[in-house]
Amino acid sequence: MNTKSDLPQGTLDLLILKIIALGPVHGYAIAQRLQQVSRDVVQVPQGSLYPALHRLENRGLLAADWKETDTGREAKFYRLTRKGRAQLETETASWARLAEAVGLILRLSEGGVK
Amino acid sequence: MTWWQRLWRRARMEEQLEKELRFHREQYIADLVAQGRSPEEARREARLVLGGTEQVKEQCRDARGTRWLEEFGRDFRYALRTLRQRPGFTMVALLTLALGCGATTVMFTLIDRVLLKPLPFPQPDRLVRVHGHTAAWNVAAYGEQNLANLDFRDCQQASRSLDMAGMVYNGATMSQPGDPEYVALTEATSNLFSVFGVPLYRGRAFRPEEDRLGGTPVAILGYSFWQRHFAGDPSALGATLVLDGKRRTIVGIAPPHFGLDDYVADVYTPMGQDGLPYMQNRGPHPVTTIARLRPGVTLVQAQAELALLGRDLAERYPKSNQGRGFLAAALRPDVGDVRSTLWLLLGAVSLVLLIACVNIASLLLARAVSRERELAMRVALGAGRGRLVGQCLTESAVLGISGGLLGVALAALGIRPFVAFWPGSLPRAEEVYLDWRVLLFAVALSLACGLFFGVAPALRVPTRQLEQVLRAGARTVPGSSRRWHGGFVVAEIALAVVLLVSAGMLGSTLLRVSALDPGVNVRNVLIARMALSPATLADTARTRAAWQDVLDRARRMPGVEAVATVDTVPMREGYNQIGYWTTPDVPPDNRRPMALATSVTPDYLKVMGIPLRAGRFFNDHDRMGSEPVIVIDDVMAQHAFGGTEAVGRRLWMPDMGPGASSFMVIGVVGHVRHWGLAADDQAAVRDQFYYPFAQVADVLVRRWSELMSIAVRTSIPPLAVVQPLRRELRGDTGDQVIYEARTMEQLARATLDRQRFLALLFGIFAGLALLLACIGIYGVLAYLTSRRVPEIGVRMALGATARDVVRLVLRQSLGMILGGVVIGAAAVLAVGRVLQRLVEGMRPTEPLTVVLMIAVLMAAALFASFLPARRAGRIDPMRALREE
Repeated sequence: MNTKSDLPQGTLDLLILKIIALGPVHGYAIAQRLQQVSRDVVQVPQGSLYPALHRLENRGLLAADWKETDTGREAKFYRLTRKGRAQLETETASWARLAEAVGLILRLSEGGVK
Repeated sequence: MTWWQRLWRRARMEEQLEKELRFHREQYIADLVAQGRSPEEARREARLVLGGTEQVKEQCRDARGTRWLEEFGRDFRYALRTLRQRPGFTMVALLTLALGCGATTVMFTLIDRVLLKPLPFPQPDRLVRVHGHTAAWNVAAYGEQNLANLDFRDCQQASRSLDMAGMVYNGATMSQPGDPEYVALTEATSNLFSVFGVPLYRGRAFRPEEDRLGGTPVAILGYSFWQRHFAGDPSALGATLVLDGKRRTIVGIAPPHFGLDDYVADVYTPMGQDGLPYMQNRGPHPVTTIARLRPGVTLVQAQAELALLGRDLAERYPKSNQGRGFLAAALRPDVGDVRSTLWLLLGAVSLVLLIACVNIASLLLARAVSRERELAMRVALGAGRGRLVGQCLTESAVLGISGGLLGVALAALGIRPFVAFWPGSLPRAEEVYLDWRVLLFAVALSLACGLFFGVAPALRVPTRQLEQVLRAGARTVPGSSRRWHGGFVVAEIALAVVLLVSAGMLGSTLLRVSALDPGVNVRNVLIARMALSPATLADTARTRAAWQDVLDRARRMPGVEAVATVDTVPMREGYNQIGYWTTPDVPPDNRRPMALATSVTPDYLKVMGIPLRAGRFFNDHDRMGSEPVIVIDDVMAQHAFGGTEAVGRRLWMPDMGPGASSFMVIGVVGHVRHWGLAADDQAAVRDQFYYPFAQVADVLVRRWSELMSIAVRTSIPPLAVVQPLRRELRGDTGDQVIYEARTMEQLARATLDRQRFLALLFGIFAGLALLLACIGIYGVLAYLTSRRVPEIGVRMALGATARDVVRLVLRQSLGMILGGVVIGAAAVLAVGRVLQRLVEGMRPTEPLTVVLMIAVLMAAALFASFLPARRAGRIDPMRALREE
């Protein structure tokens, strides 16, 4: 499944922020979790994930540290900054608003407004 | 992490990126293995699903946001490499750029410092200069009018808007401490320093109670005078000096470089203590008036108040103040003709810089054209046009900036010697130095140059018809390149024509005015100012006797042929203008013709070698009580009496002072170029007359004596008599002094300093321009010809001779040269008019000079194009065709 066309523009950033908000996590785990949580609907390839992570890091929404994983390997763990958390909140709210609006429109019956 | 950190730690970031992606891949494989795949299989699937890491890396690098800088760094290194590859071109380009930028920077610094920078006082924009004004006053001839002392005092007391300070520029003999010496004296009001807003270096300013008649005799020393005479010793405060016979206590030291209009006083005394008659009436106006706007007052309000004060004074003193008003204007440095000289020079160096830029542009363009295939190849491989243009511009910007920095270094080294080389003294010279603003200017200038000569090559980055370019190879000269190159050559030639003709005009002017007869025999004449003993000046009879004694003593000295006293000397600063009329019913001031008046003793004609045209000159019988006589020059004779006999006629001159108002003309002498060799022809007042010092009214003798010079004709080199003369003329009390000794030759030469300076610099610039233009033509033709080798080969194979080929190339260059000459000649007409307005003695553009200079240019340009032409003529057709 090609997620690129499935995910609306800018949504990937929001999803990444949400996953990271749950706790420090490395890139591979982000991809895994997105896939699991979405029941395989959202599959993010490396070529989208890492540039997005780096972009968010440059914008100061994420911070990163090199830490050991459970298996004792060194990996780059991302966590939310205060700015990132704020961004997540505003984006979640606006997504919810948008989703609701889109839902309202889609629920219109074929005969027009009654 | 900030962007520069990201840039700085590039290597580490790359490493981490690699590590992060590897972790991802290995984790993926590990998961697959955990699900039961074999490691071999897992690795293959990872490669299939994850794809290549290089693209991912590239996208991550883009996300970093420092890509443009990295690219710039790469372009920069590439530019350095290509420049290093061609050291000859790089050297020439850098050198010409450095010269152009350096010279422009020096001129910019001078203009900035001398003309534009505000005066070095606190809140300089609140300072104003106050002038007197009457309808009859000729500002162009006399400069702005100062104020009469009494008018000044009235305004100073009445004004609510202005804090006014006054100065009288004067001189005095200091007889103690040390040898008697003439010093530059400024009489100043007590508030002078506070109005300028500068504290004294040491001690105190004058007190208001000292600034009036009978006040405590005090003095303030100028800083450099204090250094010179007291070696900067603080104990000078409280010491005594004797000035014009009066003992004064030193109470203060002025700050360093304090002064206005480059007039730096040795000593200051309170202006109010001067009791001389000319300070006690409203006729003469000696007071230079500077004022500071009181807080909250605008210049317009101050002007309105001054106008009111002027009307009030005119009502109270109609005799002296009828029609006299007072004006205030922002205080600006008075820099005289330095302004136009500087702008002229800036214009000239800018032209040189422009030629250098055009030159480099054409050379770069030649290179860009030969790289066209490479560029087309890169576009075909996917390089963006923006990238390639950026790369071209980086290259020229690197060239421009390095040339500019070299130029700044040159300017830093050269500016002091250049200021020292300035003829006379450059106003505000001590304020001239390079600073960050100049650096900014130079960098901006060189960047602009770099972009200027980088634009044409950059525009050649191909976008369409790639295939054609790639297939055509290096063989053809695309038409647009030839047009560009032709345009460059035309521009260079046109600019060079402007500079060459300007230099030629300045040179021919200099030759012409140097050859003019000054009207006096300048050889072996010494001129020196002289101050009698201050004690003698108090008494008129003693003063006259003292001058007679000076003449008698000087005449008896060995090596002296004749000696005279004179108040205003030709070609030196200072003049006295008097209005005259040929009938007794004299019209008002401003409708009378003016003449230069000079008071002399009988031997003056002999000393100066001025020819006597008719009648006689003065003798010892022309004295007080005898018929008042004058001698006029031939210009005045013509002006006043037409062609008729002048000797024996009378002239009426009410302004000659008390006593006679009509004068008998007893002789006519030759005209003297009083205003200088070049300037005299255009001077507003050229009529001249002489009157005997012996007939100067008693009340004026003192003032005249203060202004007096002696003129000595010698039979030996004039400067050799200065020391003996100084010893011989010390007077009974030993405090008579001679100062500012000059030969007439020096004075005459100095009047042409500006013309000589401009001609020399323009000559240098024109030479540079010529050289650059020739290099440019040579480069362009060599390039164009080399591109035509196959074509020439065909022509020769078809029967063209070497001469035909040479002619072919020369015809091409001649076309460009002629185009440049035509445009340049048109520009010269405009430039010539500017020069004529700004440089004294310039004539309207002389066709001969223009033709001559254009001929020189064309000869040089054709010579430069002959070399490539001859090379083309030697082309071996067989080889040329085989190259195809």
